[in-house]
Amino acid sequence: MLRILSILALFLLSTLPTRAEEIVAGLSQNRVAITATFVGSEILIFGAVKRESPPPEDSPLGVVVVVEGPSSPITVRKKDKRFGIWVNTDAMELAAAPSFYAIATSNTLDNTISKLDDFQHLISVERSIQISDNPFNIEDPREFTDALIRIREKSGLYKRLENSVKLAQDTLFETRIALPANLTEGDYRTRILLTRDGQVTSEYETIINVQKVGLERWIFNLAHDKPLIYGLLSLVIAIAAGWGASAAFRMILRN
Amino acid sequence: MQIYLPIAEVSVNAFLLLGLGGIVGILSGMFGVGGGFLMTPLLFFIGIPPAVAVATEANQIVASSFSGVLAHLKRKTVDLRMGVVLLIGGLIGAALGVQLFNALKAIGQVDLLVKLSYVLFLGIIGSLMFVESLRALMKSRGGNGVPKRRKHTWVHNLPFKMKFRTSGLYISVIPPVLVGVLVGILAAIMGVGGGFIMVPAMIYLLGMPTKVVVGTSLFQIIFVTAFTTLLHATTNFTVDMGLAVLLLVGGVIGAQIGARIGVRLKAEQLRVLLAVMVLAVCGKLGLDLLIQPTELFEIGAAGGH
Repeated sequence: MLRILSILALFLLSTLPTRAEEIVAGLSQNRVAITATFVGSEILIFGAVKRESPPPEDSPLGVVVVVEGPSSPITVRKKDKRFGIWVNTDAMELAAAPSFYAIATSNTLDNTISKLDDFQHLISVERSIQISDNPFNIEDPREFTDALIRIREKSGLYKRLENSVKLAQDTLFETRIALPANLTEGDYRTRILLTRDGQVTSEYETIINVQKVGLERWIFNLAHDKPLIYGLLSLVIAIAAGWGASAAFRMILRN
Repeated sequence: MQIYLPIAEVSVNAFLLLGLGGIVGILSGMFGVGGGFLMTPLLFFIGIPPAVAVATEANQIVASSFSGVLAHLKRKTVDLRMGVVLLIGGLIGAALGVQLFNALKAIGQVDLLVKLSYVLFLGIIGSLMFVESLRALMKSRGGNGVPKRRKHTWVHNLPFKMKFRTSGLYISVIPPVLVGVLVGILAAIMGVGGGFIMVPAMIYLLGMPTKVVVGTSLFQIIFVTAFTTLLHATTNFTVDMGLAVLLLVGGVIGAQIGARIGVRLKAEQLRVLLAVMVLAVCGKLGLDLLIQPTELFEIGAAGGH
């Protein structure tokens, strides 16, 4: 009897950390509208840790926030010198790469989440990039995925924001993630993970919807759904604008 | 004021675009060229995707040439017959060019094609113009040159002859059609009107009188670039209406200012200046191909779209 009880107690203890803390979270906005004057947007992600028992004292709390834009297949090309000029020679197709990827952590990434959990929960951007098939013609596929990450980090599409999640009294957290102006439309999967000693104990997921609205929406739809009408309309509008501008200018000069 | 372009999917400063349009407009007004060969590379430099830049520039050229064509039609300085022959060639060329553009886009070589075309054509035209205008400048200083007589060349011995009354020519339709095809291809892959090729070809190859050359080339350009715009819009979805309108408003105003500056300068001086500018753009693009880029990799959409 005592043995059964002690096993039960052990079992409860071992499952406790995963059950004891839960995330309650919110976003400043879960819809981003791309209008004609869109210059990017900053999203505030905040929340609190709900717990039924006092927090464990020896293991530090960590928060990881991941915002991931819609994925699409892309091609990464490499230049080489041929006949004295630099031309694209090698290319690698990637089955899927996120258009946007931001990771915010409460400490450094390595201190907040363990390598194993990073791998299991697909946290680092490397885990979200899928190489389609084994590219036999490519000697070093790593070189291409590294280049992809490097280029997108440079243009602000991929970011690693370490120490940017502010934690207050081991309970409240908040972070800000800036979305650049060159956003792709779609659902941005937003995950918040709680870690203890680098192990994920709780996870929360929501979606930020990014969409063109108004005139931008209308132009984009027309260009893709009725391209011929769109093309004719562009010609007419351009001719009218050109004519109007020159007429207006001549009138100004005359007066 | 930042503005988000719906098709290019980038956010750029509206005043920057108006300004670019204005500067290129001033130059095109001064020199009487379309300015597409300057605008398209400038759009690359400010981060507009090349496919969008080429397609949108075609749209802009239609509009900026429109009032010019009307003026020439009024003055009866358009050889409509020659224009139509050039146009037939141009439409064939544009269709071929867009096919080539899309095929090379699929294998990731379209940037190379566009840049090499620029280096090649700007290099040839720029050097020819530079040498010729320098010579003219020397001559005008040395006294009156002897007026050249129209020569009878191989062009006049080809079959399918046709009478072009406005130009006072009786020549085969083969050379003008071929010139049209070449210009059409260039319009599709370089986002230019092609006036800088067509005007010299009309004067030196076809022997057309100078007074109808500009009007006739504008007449051909307007239809070829309109056709190119529609082809790009329906196959690539890369025509950006907002971008075109902004460039245009700046461009039209710039062209009016440029035309007034141009009147005060001598034709030979203008041509030397234009030649220097063409060679500068050519040199910049050529250097980009020769010097090792800092980033060897680039990201493109999969499947050629």
